[in-house]
Amino acid sequence: MHLLDNDQAGYLLRRADTTEEAPAQQISADARFHAPAMDHLDALEAQSIYIFREAFARLKKLALLWSLGKDSNVMIWLARKAFFGRVPFPALHVDTGKKFSEMYAFRDRYGKEWELDLKIESCPPLETIDPSLPPAARSAARKTEGLKLALAKYGFDGLIAGIRRDEEATRAKERVFSPRGTEGGWDVRDQPPEFWDQFNASPPPGAHLRIHPILHWTEADIWAYTQRENIPIIPLYLARDGRRYRSLGDQDITNPVASTASNIEEILIELDGTKVPERSGRALDHETEDAFERLRVAGYL
Amino acid sequence: MNMIVPPAISATPNGTTRPQVRIVIVGHVDHGKSTLVGRLLHETGSLPEGKLEMLQAVSARRGMPFEWSFLLDALQTERDQGITIDTTQIRFRTRSRDVVLIDAPGHAEFLRNMITGASQADGAVLIIDALEGVRDQTRRHGYLLHLLGVKQVAVVVNKMDRVDFSAARFKEISNEISRHLISLGVTPSAVIPISARDGDGVAERTPRIQWYGGPTVVEALDALEPARPLEQLALRLPVQAIYKFDDRRIVAGRIESGSLSAGDEIVIMPAGKIAKIRSVEGWPATPVKGRQTAGRSVGVTLDRELFIERGDVIAHVGTSPRDTRRIRARIFWLHDKALTTGASILVRLGTRETRATVVAIEKAVDPGELSSVETKSIARNHVGEIDISLAHPLAADPYTDNPRTGRLVIEVNGRIAGGGLVLSVDAGQRAIPVDIVPVESALRPDERSARYRHSGAVVWLTGLPGSGKSTLARALERRLFSNGGSPVLLDGDTLRAGLNGDLGFSAQDRTENIRRLAEVAVHLARNGHVAIVAAVSPSREDRTAARRIADTAFREIYVATPAEVCESRDPKGHYAKARAGALHGFTGIGNDYQPPTDSELTIDTSTRSVADATDEIERMLVKSGIVFSELVDLAANI
Repeated sequence: MHLLDNDQAGYLLRRADTTEEAPAQQISADARFHAPAMDHLDALEAQSIYIFREAFARLKKLALLWSLGKDSNVMIWLARKAFFGRVPFPALHVDTGKKFSEMYAFRDRYGKEWELDLKIESCPPLETIDPSLPPAARSAARKTEGLKLALAKYGFDGLIAGIRRDEEATRAKERVFSPRGTEGGWDVRDQPPEFWDQFNASPPPGAHLRIHPILHWTEADIWAYTQRENIPIIPLYLARDGRRYRSLGDQDITNPVASTASNIEEILIELDGTKVPERSGRALDHETEDAFERLRVAGYL
Repeated sequence: MNMIVPPAISATPNGTTRPQVRIVIVGHVDHGKSTLVGRLLHETGSLPEGKLEMLQAVSARRGMPFEWSFLLDALQTERDQGITIDTTQIRFRTRSRDVVLIDAPGHAEFLRNMITGASQADGAVLIIDALEGVRDQTRRHGYLLHLLGVKQVAVVVNKMDRVDFSAARFKEISNEISRHLISLGVTPSAVIPISARDGDGVAERTPRIQWYGGPTVVEALDALEPARPLEQLALRLPVQAIYKFDDRRIVAGRIESGSLSAGDEIVIMPAGKIAKIRSVEGWPATPVKGRQTAGRSVGVTLDRELFIERGDVIAHVGTSPRDTRRIRARIFWLHDKALTTGASILVRLGTRETRATVVAIEKAVDPGELSSVETKSIARNHVGEIDISLAHPLAADPYTDNPRTGRLVIEVNGRIAGGGLVLSVDAGQRAIPVDIVPVESALRPDERSARYRHSGAVVWLTGLPGSGKSTLARALERRLFSNGGSPVLLDGDTLRAGLNGDLGFSAQDRTENIRRLAEVAVHLARNGHVAIVAAVSPSREDRTAARRIADTAFREIYVATPAEVCESRDPKGHYAKARAGALHGFTGIGNDYQPPTDSELTIDTSTRSVADATDEIERMLVKSGIVFSELVDLAANI
């Protein structure tokens, strides 16, 4: 029934050719009057949504890695924005079994409230992990193994992960669409070019892609956005008795930092003045100079 | 000491007010990019606590003197090899903005990483070693900044300490690089003498460069502007997907330029279908009110159900992009294997992907070289202009009209292999039909050449009517056949009786005539035959087009018999008719034949026998690798 309308399209287009300039100016004039200006957070959000939609369009079987931390919660929020309320792929929690109880409570509550297709996969025991790794890295490497098992079990071709360039030097070198080998490994020496928001999305058979929708965000961006959008957080991030967690991992290898920030506003002020790195409380980053890099090459986040 | 981050700087907890500017540092390997970045971080007080001390400790442990570049070389692999292999991003603040510094590798091997980094930048710093001066990678990076659309460039001349802070040396380099950049349409905002190692010119004008009156690096960075959204241009909304999660049918995508709101009358390109935007959908609140501007990721519903798919572009009626199956682009090439004419590629433009064929390559050069030699294929890290024939139509703009829908990337085997700017979207009127599926021959080329004792070729005889082209062609055909080869004669007049029967002798028809001859000939050549084309082909441009089509298989022979001899022969009676005014558009009388300037062979048939001339053609074909030289003689000598 709309064929008639489209038949008229040619006529409209031809007519328009002669008056090309006028409508464009009209439109831009309108924009100045009505359009709310995009701020920094709007720009970050729009870019992340674009990445989510590209991943969903170009890969067959996606999962979002939900670590329950502030970054992956922002990620879930962005996914809901991208897909108008509902995350159209599973949220995967690779569980070491050693998270804080507050984290498990958060997972159980919001997994339901956000209507996530939650998949919980446990990690293999420590005895099965490379004993040459330093203790904390060895403990963290369980997560890499758990991830590999989950990949094999479900056959995901894309894993969405909430890493950020500002967190750590090796993450700064990541691509938005980052190919992984069949063993889940990251070949940092042979990363494909990625520019103009055109992504390499064809992993070879058996391999998968890591997709990083918040790679361009900073720690302060995450908190500012969490505050603006009123995204729930785990209370461990807020100071209690002069200490708070800046980054949440396994209970035994994560330490709090000295802080008096008892709400997000105060966290942002604290971040503005600090020179302490975000992951300073993560033991595994500091054991040897290359421990974290070795983990990442093997497939860690 | 800290000049640019006063402690009184006000916090901006909502993170929304400070503009962010992304700057890439590029230049030749070892000219000091990483050192400059390390120094900048130190000068702006941006280093995390303990980082400097930690790296100094690492250096001491390894028995190496501390270098500023260690701050960036966080990867084990890099430290081992001593070069930056990938893009690192570092953030710091100046008085007026947040700066993201992208350190891109200077090593030619990692150009893909330089491009990945530079493509994200609002501005660039091009670094040059004062001792070494402008090098190939300096020029190459300058050229790529132009192709990537980075317009704001500051140049720093580093290691001034190595040239005793010589103002004359600085001036020399400054002039050379400014000339190069301006020729590319990029005017440097500043050229700054520095010593990144010692700090001169980075944040301070030290006495050693007192002769210099321009900005420091930090001041130059502060002057670079963040990218502006393209709101002032016409609407372009490339469709990412259609979602039907509930009863809504949402068309999702990011507004690349312009703006839209509910009620707008839109056209969906390339199909040209018309619709109205019913609503702009959002979450948690929906519908979204007000105009949506460039940069926003949106979802819209339309007032009617029509076929729309990923890759379509939504525009306003009257300012829509062109739909095309033919694009001309200026590209850079990153793949190990050179891009050649006839190559099958995947093109991505906006959210559209389509298979495509490279129809022609021109101006292929190494942008790092001073005197550029044009080549027929685009090698790795080189640039060139290509004509692309698309398997599916798409909507595109020339990059001068719209930088976002005027750029494309090329994929080979699922990996991005190159990219570039759309120069024009209507380079050719004809296009390859959507549904053709070329079927490959069952035989391998080497099976044929083993039997024929020659490779496939297009031997193109050009010259005035009556110059002896057909006679030579027939003699060559007989010679090759007698030797067991597989020659095929394509006579211009014979083909005009059939395949080209619809064509006359206008310039346009002659061009098409030559194109068809060349296409038929190259098809034969690809299948191992020696196609012998005898055609007047008076236009140099048309013959160049034929050479482009046949590429390396092309051998041009200019049959240069003097005009008066040709007219006296007049084998077809054409000269007589033309003199009598009965034949129009005849080449031979007048000056409309353009002789070749770079043919493989020139033969004057008025001074030699047919057999003699045929010998010479055969020698040329042996020498240029078409006909295999006889092994019989070798055997006789054993």
